[in-house]
Amino acid sequence: MDRGTPVRLRAAMFYLVATAFAIFLILPFLWMLSTSFKSAGALMVIPIQWFPRAPTLAAYAEIFAIFPFGLALRNSVYVAAMTVTITVLSCSMAAFAFAKLRFRGKEVLFASVLATLMIPQQVTIIPLFLVMRSMGLINTFTGLLAPSVFNGFAIFLLRQHMRTIPNDYLDAARIDGASLPQMYMSVVMPMSVTSVATVAVLTLMQAWNDYFWPLIVLTKERMMTLNVALSRLNGQYSTDYATLMAGSLLSMIPIILVYAAAQRYFASGIHVGGVKE
Amino acid sequence: MESRVAVKPRHLLLFLGPAMVGMAVFYIIPFLASLMISLTEWDGLQQLGLRSIPPFIGLENYRTILGGPELRRVLGNTIYFIALYIPLVLAASLIVALLMAGDRPGVVALRIGFYIPVLTSWVAGALIWRWVLSPEYGPVNAILGAVGLPQPGWLQDRRWAMPAIVLASVWKDMGFFGMILLGGLQSINPALYEAAEIDGASRPAQFRRITLPMLSPVTFFVVVIGLINSFQLFPQVMIMTENAGPQGATQVMVERIYTYAFRYYEMGYAAALSWVLFVIIFICTLIQLRLQKAWVHYG
Repeated sequence: MDRGTPVRLRAAMFYLVATAFAIFLILPFLWMLSTSFKSAGALMVIPIQWFPRAPTLAAYAEIFAIFPFGLALRNSVYVAAMTVTITVLSCSMAAFAFAKLRFRGKEVLFASVLATLMIPQQVTIIPLFLVMRSMGLINTFTGLLAPSVFNGFAIFLLRQHMRTIPNDYLDAARIDGASLPQMYMSVVMPMSVTSVATVAVLTLMQAWNDYFWPLIVLTKERMMTLNVALSRLNGQYSTDYATLMAGSLLSMIPIILVYAAAQRYFASGIHVGGVKE
Repeated sequence: MESRVAVKPRHLLLFLGPAMVGMAVFYIIPFLASLMISLTEWDGLQQLGLRSIPPFIGLENYRTILGGPELRRVLGNTIYFIALYIPLVLAASLIVALLMAGDRPGVVALRIGFYIPVLTSWVAGALIWRWVLSPEYGPVNAILGAVGLPQPGWLQDRRWAMPAIVLASVWKDMGFFGMILLGGLQSINPALYEAAEIDGASRPAQFRRITLPMLSPVTFFVVVIGLINSFQLFPQVMIMTENAGPQGATQVMVERIYTYAFRYYEMGYAAALSWVLFVIIFICTLIQLRLQKAWVHYG
């Protein structure tokens, strides 16, 4: 057994490796922060300025001046909130039916739900775009949000949880004269809070970071979400890094705030997604 | 267990209707439709709406893809990415998981810190990395220069563009996979380590003989998901390298699908490309499932 000095050596190794990884982790963020407070003239100088010599908020003023950035922020928050609401509502109702109701064709239908998990987004995106265009839904939030009514992973996860709710609760509710919608509202949903929160958090992260679909559906400036807006900004001001970094920084704040508030559910989401029990 | 609740048809429609209509309209029908589209040829007439039904050309698109040099080049780039990314992200996320597993001071900060790149959108992450890797004005080359190492041209150099994208991807993903591996580490039975201590096994031996085998199911999950993600590489390439890098060095499948479909409006060719990608991912995952018997240890 190794005791004494090796323990201290191990601690030293731990902090050495931790420091190396922390630098790798943090360096890009520090550089973003530092750059966002630089004036345009301080960007391309050699040697580089690790800290802005004359810090300025010009880049933050600039980003709201050259681009409806506040609008993009609002669009992103709206799209993320609507996606979560639609997915949670529609998928929890379907999950309830799959978990607790008896009807014909259930197995086939549920197998199809699982099969959709294997379809990559790139395969469906071209027909999806053509359908949306023929229905005049390009550049509308309806077109952007409509596909979130179905999420195979969310239905699967919620159904697994709802199956563990004892039937006695549902029977008791039925004897009290509850209808099916009432059972869903007052028995099933309250008993599934954790898994619903997990699905909500996973959907939120996905919606906030989504790039491919919004890039295709949203081309008008006033409709754009943050990600599309940032990439558009990149196309027009690809060397104005102070502005680009200020925009990147602003785009990170909302999701980090949500993470800080709901960290518990993020962790459980990872474990549900990662490890099968 | 199913409940014996009597189901009225209108209730079934209410509960299942929205999701199942969504599944049919937004997933299953487009899935089949893209196969049909891949058998047609699109040109300006469809784009302008002058002809609604594109001409059927059979397997011509697939013949062009499989016979041409583009697929080989694009797959070559993808395999280069995978060969660098998978070992690096596995090693990095294993180290991250081991760092996060202890109860030393500062571990909570590490757990939060390593997750921030996961929360950052790829658009922001890619913009940040492009600037960090700026050959003249970026801090990475400033550090490399200060310690006397060569300063690569990163995204502007054909040889370094893909490694640069790998570096950013490892940075973005190590926290996510690290958290998953951490879950695996925490579920290893402590009695195994106690028994090994009694038998006098050294720390490295314990790591090799207990930690790695017991972690292999979770590692397997990370490799499978990592590979699927690698084939679907997109936003980092789009943002970090304009026009897919110097001499197409970072051209990858999804980037090609996007370019053909939404820049050139060759929907048929792009749909065929997406099916080729689907089949590649599918076969790759099947091979993985076969290979797992050789190295994954289900205790």
